[in-house]
Amino acid sequence: MIAPLLLQVLKSPEAVAGFTATEWDLLVRQAKAANLLAHLHVVFMDRGLEKAIPEKPGLHFKAAHKIARRSVLAVRWEVSQLQEALHSLAIPIVLLKGAAYVMAELPISRGRLFHDIDILVPRSALEEVEKRLMGWGWRTTHASAYDQRYYRTWMHEIPPMKQIRRQTVLDIHHSILPLTARLKPDPKKLLSQAVNFEGEGDLYWLCDVDMILHSATHLFHDGELEHGLRDLVDIAELLRHFATRDGFWQALCDRAEEMDLVRPLVYGLRYVDILLGVEVPDEAKAWMREGMPGRLLVAVMDSLFLRALQPDHASCNRWGTGLARWMLFVRSHYLRMPLKLLIPHLIRKAFTDDEEAAVPREVQRFIANNNP
Amino acid sequence: MARRLRGDGLPIKIGPFWINLRSIIPDLLRHIAFFYAQYETAESERFIDFHITLKNSGGLRRWVKPQANFLLDEYAPFKPLPYVHAFAMFEWGLNWCIATTAHHYLIVHAAVLEKGGQGIIMPGTPGSGKSTLCAAMSLRGWRLLSDEMALLDPVSRAITPVPRPVSLKNDSIGVIRRFSAGAEMGPAAKDTAKGTVAHLRPSLLSIQKASITCRPHAIVFPKYESESRTNLVKKAKNRALMEIQENAFNTHILGKEGFDAAKSLIDGCPNYSLQYSSLEDALITIERILDDAEVTA
Repeated sequence: MIAPLLLQVLKSPEAVAGFTATEWDLLVRQAKAANLLAHLHVVFMDRGLEKAIPEKPGLHFKAAHKIARRSVLAVRWEVSQLQEALHSLAIPIVLLKGAAYVMAELPISRGRLFHDIDILVPRSALEEVEKRLMGWGWRTTHASAYDQRYYRTWMHEIPPMKQIRRQTVLDIHHSILPLTARLKPDPKKLLSQAVNFEGEGDLYWLCDVDMILHSATHLFHDGELEHGLRDLVDIAELLRHFATRDGFWQALCDRAEEMDLVRPLVYGLRYVDILLGVEVPDEAKAWMREGMPGRLLVAVMDSLFLRALQPDHASCNRWGTGLARWMLFVRSHYLRMPLKLLIPHLIRKAFTDDEEAAVPREVQRFIANNNP
Repeated sequence: MARRLRGDGLPIKIGPFWINLRSIIPDLLRHIAFFYAQYETAESERFIDFHITLKNSGGLRRWVKPQANFLLDEYAPFKPLPYVHAFAMFEWGLNWCIATTAHHYLIVHAAVLEKGGQGIIMPGTPGSGKSTLCAAMSLRGWRLLSDEMALLDPVSRAITPVPRPVSLKNDSIGVIRRFSAGAEMGPAAKDTAKGTVAHLRPSLLSIQKASITCRPHAIVFPKYESESRTNLVKKAKNRALMEIQENAFNTHILGKEGFDAAKSLIDGCPNYSLQYSSLEDALITIERILDDAEVTA
């Protein structure tokens, strides 16, 4: 099977040099569906490929990049507000995922959209943090008693909070996997290795290897793989950025074992290698073989992930793509909690679907601008 | 045309954008045949800015109360609308595509018309009578660049045309029918989110000249006030700058670039408020703006 155009370009960006108009058309559509337009713009600029991009598709890449730049500013503003609200508690606030990439000024933050802000705080500080945030205009989003209990007894985060004026969503974690999950990474170990610039201030992010482990854990335990490729690109870019330091790969593998996160890292490395062409050194590959599940299971996982991690666009779907995403969704729930908890939970959720319809902000703005 | 719309889609050039439109919805096919027959279409495959599909929403709905769904490629940004609103949904949906993508322009919610190489930009909040005035001007020899959005180049300040059917609402539909016997209007969609909506066909010249940009000569903020006299007054620049930004779709994306573009637009040409009730009088007043550098009435 020929890889989708977007994956070919992510693997070797120079391939665009000979693209026809219809290839550009398909690339923009796939990249848009995968939320990677702005990232491609950054990749093309970094490789000095701007001359290879015809004007019309170029406008789509540039527009996405403008949106991404505003998104970075919005994250910085949101983090500054958060800092103002929490600084008097004198606890370390560890930023996760997108917010961390922005504040740590990592290359991956340049062509990426950011939605929710994620933070990690010590579990013992949760109550204080929540109370303080309420005072600064954040409110819990899941009103039902069941949802509140679901989050607070089983999950690795409290129900997301929303800022009432800015409508931004904040996820407050005390761990990186549900309390009920089979793998048991110790959040204290993550907190103890958190870093920031020059040790100044109370804003932190995970150290390089933990950042990658968290990203991989998130992707390979998360049920929604429609944006799986975007998350995989995050992992690939983090690896490319951090792997230049001496002893990085050894440290990464050791830390995965220490944190009980071997499987997610094995999968992460396997698929950034296969799909995105990240160079994984032989020692790490040898380590992966030890941590790999049996040959049959690998074949099954490959057949699922190599489908589900494709761009979410009809041109990339093949036989079984929808089924693969569904099966991985089921798998993620199975990994999150034991069946005796999961089955009653899913039955309950099936009858009370109270998720508010998510309308993108651009649409809200457009509607507001067009209605009296 | 209808055959291609029903099949792989018909590439149509609308202003600077190529769209590929697919649909089997009869009302929309009639709309396209009536309003877009004069537009450039493409035979061969090419780069397309917006792949748009309007399709039936599935399930039992198809037989009971059919609904139309707007898709940009595979993404549905809106809730489905009743079938008979499909053509209005296409026009709104295309506005949305442009407003959320074309960030190489400052996009201002405004009508733009041109005569003798001089452009008039009319920003308008709903109810200001912008579209009615725009329709009347386009029926009296003005070239229509857009009834909805001014695509302003932040550096050169040139306006790029994107001529489309002029959307008229409620009473305006009858007003324009009475204003000119030559007004070619499509069917009305009743009970939409904006009331009754019908479209006026732009002049052939407007469509043929769609690749020719124009320089803004003046900015006119129209305000329809029933029974009022026609009254043109200069508008304070700071107020005009505020209103241009409030009417822009993408200032939140462009940031300082957008502010600078709006400011250079406001600084570069005179700004007026135009209160009117008679279209005839309003047209005479706007013609006078073209003659003088600065006028008041």
